[in-house]
Amino acid sequence: MTDHIPFDVEQLRELFPILKRKVKGKDLVYFDNAATSQKPQSVVDAISNYYSTYNANIHRGLHTLADEATAAYEESRVAVKQFVGASSHEEIIFTKGTTEGINLVASSWGRANLNPGDEIIISTLEHHSNIVPWQMIAEERGASIKVIPIDDNGILDMDAFKKLLNAKTKIVSIIHVSNALGVINPVEEIISLAHLNGTLVMLDGAQSVVHLDIDVQKLDCDFMVFSGHKIYGPTGVGVMYGKKALLEAMPPYQGGGEMIKEVTFEKTTYNELPFKFEAGTPNIADVIALKTAIDFINKQGKNRMREYEETLLVYATDKLKSIEGLKIIGDVPNKVSVVSFIIDGVHPQDLAILLDNQGIAVRTGHHCAQPLMKRLGIVGTTRASFAPYNTIAEIDILVSALHKALKMLK
Amino acid sequence: MAETKSITELEQVLIDDFSLFDTWEEKYEYLIDLGKKLAPLDPSYKTEEYKIKGCQSSVWIHSAYKDGHVYFEGDSDAIIVKGLVSLMIMVLSGHTPKEIVDAPLDFINAIGLSSHLAQTRSNGLRAMIKQMKLDAAAWGS
Repeated sequence: MTDHIPFDVEQLRELFPILKRKVKGKDLVYFDNAATSQKPQSVVDAISNYYSTYNANIHRGLHTLADEATAAYEESRVAVKQFVGASSHEEIIFTKGTTEGINLVASSWGRANLNPGDEIIISTLEHHSNIVPWQMIAEERGASIKVIPIDDNGILDMDAFKKLLNAKTKIVSIIHVSNALGVINPVEEIISLAHLNGTLVMLDGAQSVVHLDIDVQKLDCDFMVFSGHKIYGPTGVGVMYGKKALLEAMPPYQGGGEMIKEVTFEKTTYNELPFKFEAGTPNIADVIALKTAIDFINKQGKNRMREYEETLLVYATDKLKSIEGLKIIGDVPNKVSVVSFIIDGVHPQDLAILLDNQGIAVRTGHHCAQPLMKRLGIVGTTRASFAPYNTIAEIDILVSALHKALKMLK
Repeated sequence: MAETKSITELEQVLIDDFSLFDTWEEKYEYLIDLGKKLAPLDPSYKTEEYKIKGCQSSVWIHSAYKDGHVYFEGDSDAIIVKGLVSLMIMVLSGHTPKEIVDAPLDFINAIGLSSHLAQTRSNGLRAMIKQMKLDAAAWGS
């Protein structure tokens, strides 16, 4: 491992070509990493290299290019398996992203396992992607959704969660790290409580996988989903992990090529795991480049990057708090490098426009978590989310840009 | 007002106004100022019925019809968008339904704000223009 090598942010920045670009004549300050991370050159090259040298459709071809593409595609599956600590590569299903992963589980597992009167537990913190698919299947199956409440800082009410669990609770689907606030949920406790109740747990790992060490066997989650593009990989690729026994018992999600064993007009038999859930020609290039992104993370060391992110978080939290009228939502010890804030009398959209003019990319609005914003009684927040290629100097730029924006708005 | 200047002429006035500004700060300060000075919308129109939902901010537009002309008033919870509401009202209010429906409204591009304000779903500019034209068309029918 690389844990002993001191972290050098300038060296890391060299690996990300986009960080050299200017926005509105100013050096880009990219603080929208929770929406999507930037990509190292190696990931960009992996995509280009695939199309330039061994583009072919995978699995069924009997020629050299197909062999090479298939090998690279399946190597990526093994890399993901190791990355999340799955017990078998058959438990790794490639998807378009987190949203498709949740839809896959809600649709396939839900249709086979949810019955009228059953209950699904989610939380107030959820992204719309972990609300809507469950609403759709709940409506179809006559099940209902129960929501774990939070306090004003975004901390889950675990006593309420315990009370929600009952004989009808079939699954808990919960965001591991809040995309809007950065708060880390106590998923270990949630999983053990749910399992004691005979309830499955799916983790929405979209925001956690890039920051936290993930070992699905140690966590003992039943499903976990995440996106490639938030972990320095390409858009359009994601992962759905599921315990093998569960996946084997689930019906296919979509029908088509790749997922079949034998097709006749009378009856089709389905392929084995993981192919049963990967109908059609997959996103080969981006799956392959996902491995390159994982290689990048492994080489840099997640712990090393996280330690550095922590210094950015502490510094930014401290500096931002000094701005008059600014309030951080989710100012709790157990969080990732995300600062979500509101400023008295200032609409987040106005801030975003004025920050963009100063070359700074932040995200504002409801962060696809409207029920959370409603619970907090706000229209939205301004969210700065940090990656290891960000710097203390950039945080200073943000703070002075905020001062300037506020002066213009007052 | 409406008798003296056409929509195109009013657009040109704004283009000329904005061309005096050298920096983005001046343009936005002007827009913010327009937002602050916009005549308040009668609270009875600040309802769901008159609301145009953007992804991030809300806009309310109310129109009235008098002597063949459409008159707009509006509001937004975000001040820069409120400035845009003010611009749209300056240009469109007091004209005939046909003039409003036919207005190309090129000035948004010409004043150099469009890259932030027109292209993304994060603001309701496009929706605002569409609603104002729909209102005008309804009055004209």
